[in-house]
Amino acid sequence: MEKKRTDPMAYQPGMERITSEILDKVLKNVDNYDYLKVTSRDVKQALKKDHLSIEDYGALLSPAATPYLEEMAKKAILETRKHFGNSIGLFTPLYIANYCENNCVYCGFNCKNKIRRGKLSLAEMEEELKAIAKTGLKEILILTGESRHHSGVDYIGEGIKMATKYFSTVGIEIYPLNVDEYADLKKCGADFVSVYQETYNLGKYEQVHLSGSKRVFPYRFDAQERALMGGMRGVSFGALLGLDDFRKDAFATGLHAAFIVQKYPHAEIGFSTPRLRPFINNADNNPNDVHEQQLLQVMLAYRLLMPFAGITISTRERAGFRDHVIGMVATKISAGVRVGVGGHEEEEKGDEQFEISDPRSVSEVHQMILNRGLQPVYTDYIRV
Amino acid sequence: MTGQLVIGGHNFNSRFILGSGKFSLEIVKAVVENGGAEMVTLALRRANLGGEENILDYIPRHITLLPNTSGARTAEEAVKIARLAREIDCGNFVKVEVIRDSKYLFPDNYETIKATEILARDGFVVMPYMYPDLNVARDLVSAGAAAVMPLASPIGSNKGLCTRDFIEILVSEIAVPIIVDAGIGRPSQACEAMEMGVDAVMCNTAVATAKNIPLMARAFGQAIESGRNAYLAGLGRVLTQGEASSPLTGFLED
Repeated sequence: MEKKRTDPMAYQPGMERITSEILDKVLKNVDNYDYLKVTSRDVKQALKKDHLSIEDYGALLSPAATPYLEEMAKKAILETRKHFGNSIGLFTPLYIANYCENNCVYCGFNCKNKIRRGKLSLAEMEEELKAIAKTGLKEILILTGESRHHSGVDYIGEGIKMATKYFSTVGIEIYPLNVDEYADLKKCGADFVSVYQETYNLGKYEQVHLSGSKRVFPYRFDAQERALMGGMRGVSFGALLGLDDFRKDAFATGLHAAFIVQKYPHAEIGFSTPRLRPFINNADNNPNDVHEQQLLQVMLAYRLLMPFAGITISTRERAGFRDHVIGMVATKISAGVRVGVGGHEEEEKGDEQFEISDPRSVSEVHQMILNRGLQPVYTDYIRV
Repeated sequence: MTGQLVIGGHNFNSRFILGSGKFSLEIVKAVVENGGAEMVTLALRRANLGGEENILDYIPRHITLLPNTSGARTAEEAVKIARLAREIDCGNFVKVEVIRDSKYLFPDNYETIKATEILARDGFVVMPYMYPDLNVARDLVSAGAAAVMPLASPIGSNKGLCTRDFIEILVSEIAVPIIVDAGIGRPSQACEAMEMGVDAVMCNTAVATAKNIPLMARAFGQAIESGRNAYLAGLGRVLTQGEASSPLTGFLED
């Protein structure tokens, strides 16, 4: 008999429940979003606006907007230049552990996948941080697999403290935390929190998150809000495009961020646009109908909805795509990326989460940015 | 240009202040040369000390640095950033920016007054970025501001003098220099601001996003100078109806 799985809306012990209306608002809007009903007239109207309504945003994400991609790009580049000028932020991720207690069918770190697991000791972490700092980078994103057991909040906090010795900006992409835990990590020196909902379709979410704490949909959804309540300066949003209906997921992602900034006007907002990638033992894991054209459409729609938001372009994408979207829509690019555990100074201690498509070094990405008439920016934040 | 701009006891021949946040670094130099700016802002959070592409390496030595406190959300953060700027030899000038709004980037006037008071007491030449409100401007002057920098419209918007009427009130009521900051999108708008009697104009995006940056810098420099001259010359009156140059009552003899 098949094992009965837990309700993805039921909180697990220790998970903090906050009072927030944002989840209901997002899900209600997504339910009402029928992109097949959008006409080219709706798209043209949306393109005339300075501030998009929810309907306008939906129009720009619809298939009807496909013939207007060039027009969207022309508008987006003006908005990007207006808010960010020529600046392109540079950063790199550091995976400090790849243990995971979740069984997410699309991810290389899932607990059932037979890969080499590892976790950096604090000494190893310092060597990695030093090696990355030598490349000139000043911003780092610390990542773990989602395992409280193997990579506890204290361990991550120690890593953050160490990172602040070498970097002006430290972001984290770890499992969702409670408000007081975010506040603790803020005290350690972290300022930015990335949590990706993967998909906003509750049914699909339940199907692909088979077990583990990640299965709890609302706890993950409210993570950005808890991070801001804990004092973090900025939060990032992203759906894993291709996992479900990418148009609906992108629509939900944009609204999630828009409602957050309405409630927390000081929050710095970031978007990422990851697509499914092949991973070890699953070479066929691909984003299906999200080709580069669709990916760009999503990025452009994010830009036109929130001209002031940072947008990061991932190393999951090929160099040629990344080079063209910076300045037009993306404001931040990773460089010198390793997605295994460690690997910058010493040999990798754990296998990769997914395959990357752009292995260029920091100096190569730096030169590419200059060649495109843009300005590489290494530091954009002072910890005070 | 006629008359010097005096801020905190320092004299400037140019009334064009360059914002640098959205430039490519090598262009800062070109703009200073073409626009004649003598003061350039420096976002301290962008100063990559000892690292690649440090903005400080691109600003000529004769230029007065105006470090800003961008990134600060509270008076306390602004004060810390200003003190850091002084520690790294950026001089005594500081542009106070306290912003708690990611979307429109409007300044928080209340926190700005608090930061101005502390920094002026510390001996800084404080130039606060503000939303144009007369009471706030008065408080900033009482707190020790050497100039006030009201926004014309939201940062980066290029929308021009949306707050024109309020800036005019500041011009007539406030004794320290008024520097229009943020939102100026065209040389003609900069000229208009100067014609109103503001003391200087700061711009960044309008130049940074131009096709020919050095040429646009020159256009701004000239527009600002021209507007200043027009102000000093005294603008003619504006009437809603035509007025005959020979008076209608000129035939009267006694």
